[in-house]
Amino acid sequence: MSAAPSKMLATLNVNGRDVTLAFLPHATLLEVLREELRLTGTKHGCELGQCGACTVLVDGAPVLSCLTLAADTIDRPITSVEGIAVADALHPVQRAFLDLGAAQCGYCTPGFIVAAVHLLERTTSPSETEIREALAGHLCRCTGYTKIVEAVALAGQRMRATTHG
Amino acid sequence: MLRLPAFEFRPVRSVEDAAALLSEYGSDALPVAGGTDLYANMKLGLFTPRVVVGLRSIAELRRMHFDPAHGLRLGALCSLDSIARDPAVLLHYPALATAAAMVGTPEIRSMGTIGGNLCLETRCTYYNQSADWRKALGYCLKRDGDLCRVALHSPTCKAINASDTAPVMQAYDARISLVGPHGARVVAARDFFSNDGAHATVRQSDEILAEIALPPPPRGARSSYRKLRLRNAFDFPLLGVAVAVATNEAGACTQARVLLGAVGSAPIEVEGAGALLLGSHFAAATLADAAEEVFRAGKPLENANASLLYRKRMLRVLAQRALEDVAAPLR
Repeated sequence: MSAAPSKMLATLNVNGRDVTLAFLPHATLLEVLREELRLTGTKHGCELGQCGACTVLVDGAPVLSCLTLAADTIDRPITSVEGIAVADALHPVQRAFLDLGAAQCGYCTPGFIVAAVHLLERTTSPSETEIREALAGHLCRCTGYTKIVEAVALAGQRMRATTHG
Repeated sequence: MLRLPAFEFRPVRSVEDAAALLSEYGSDALPVAGGTDLYANMKLGLFTPRVVVGLRSIAELRRMHFDPAHGLRLGALCSLDSIARDPAVLLHYPALATAAAMVGTPEIRSMGTIGGNLCLETRCTYYNQSADWRKALGYCLKRDGDLCRVALHSPTCKAINASDTAPVMQAYDARISLVGPHGARVVAARDFFSNDGAHATVRQSDEILAEIALPPPPRGARSSYRKLRLRNAFDFPLLGVAVAVATNEAGACTQARVLLGAVGSAPIEVEGAGALLLGSHFAAATLADAAEEVFRAGKPLENANASLLYRKRMLRVLAQRALEDVAAPLR
């Protein structure tokens, strides 16, 4: 066996801020967010890319942070669920999840929120099919999918009202 | 918690640098693009490279270009999502757009690349398990052991090629460019996949899959991809059927290829089904005969999360649907 690998020093852009920190070259973005940056909103689920709980945005696209190396995200903007709200104002998706009770145990919620925000950035009037397809990679073991789909539609409605109102 | 085994990460900016590193470290190094397949497999202990060569920043491999005279050129790093949404792909190579859109989930398609999907590790109900699971039951031919656990008397590994885009690329007669430390070579898709579960493709360990070239769509081109899976939201194929045809002015079939995915260790062409379509006008009886030929010739490996009988019977159904897809606008 070779000697224990040493940490690397790098700067990541997380939720709009540059943070310089040390992490192992083979650490996943999920591990670095949670264990080094203490951003524990992003959840450990299956850790094999099957559940969506660890989803964050990198370069504005949804990625599974359990299958992404932190070292491969240097110089790329990263948005975790903590960066979705603007200052103290909840994002319309978060507001709608709250209003409709679209969370039961809440473990899958951060992943759903991030994926839904990405969908509504592309279109604020998605069909139910489009919503379900955009969320297809997310498992809710409480099986509360109906409320989640409704909340995303409601958030889109409210975002349209704000834009056109 | 499932963590990655330790390795050194070496991101590169050119194909040449990638090939040089892979050549330097030999079997101790593996290339990675989207990582959705490799990192999951590494967490299960299926690969333990000392060095991982990161291809993500090779800008030239992100290009996608179509023109009617030369066809479609896809850089290996084009994401599956970008291919599924590309207007030229949707118009001229619809089976490719469909197959790319059916891989994994939105997250996996935005991370995963076409090169990675073509190099997808073969899958097996025995092999794709945790290290502890495999250790408890004994290792297999594909990793650390000396016998196949799904076909005990098989001298070769019987893992399945579960790539959705692989059969489609073969149906379109694509050409695949591989770049190694001593230069480039071009391999036809039909020669790229090796029908041996232990080695999904003929890519050498020091080569990078750089580009895929699809010929211009022939006159009257039609194509389709149909997929069977347990969950339509997200699953590897239990079966895939890709059909690509061309027709003359009179609407008669001048070219036909029928390919099966997730049946063997490589995509399998059913030449008999293509032969039945040649010269035909896609009459209902012809389609039924061709689907019957797919059913007769297709021999799924018994190594997926559904019964062999079900998959065998569904071959006819899927083939019939794919054939109707290409025939409908022509009738």
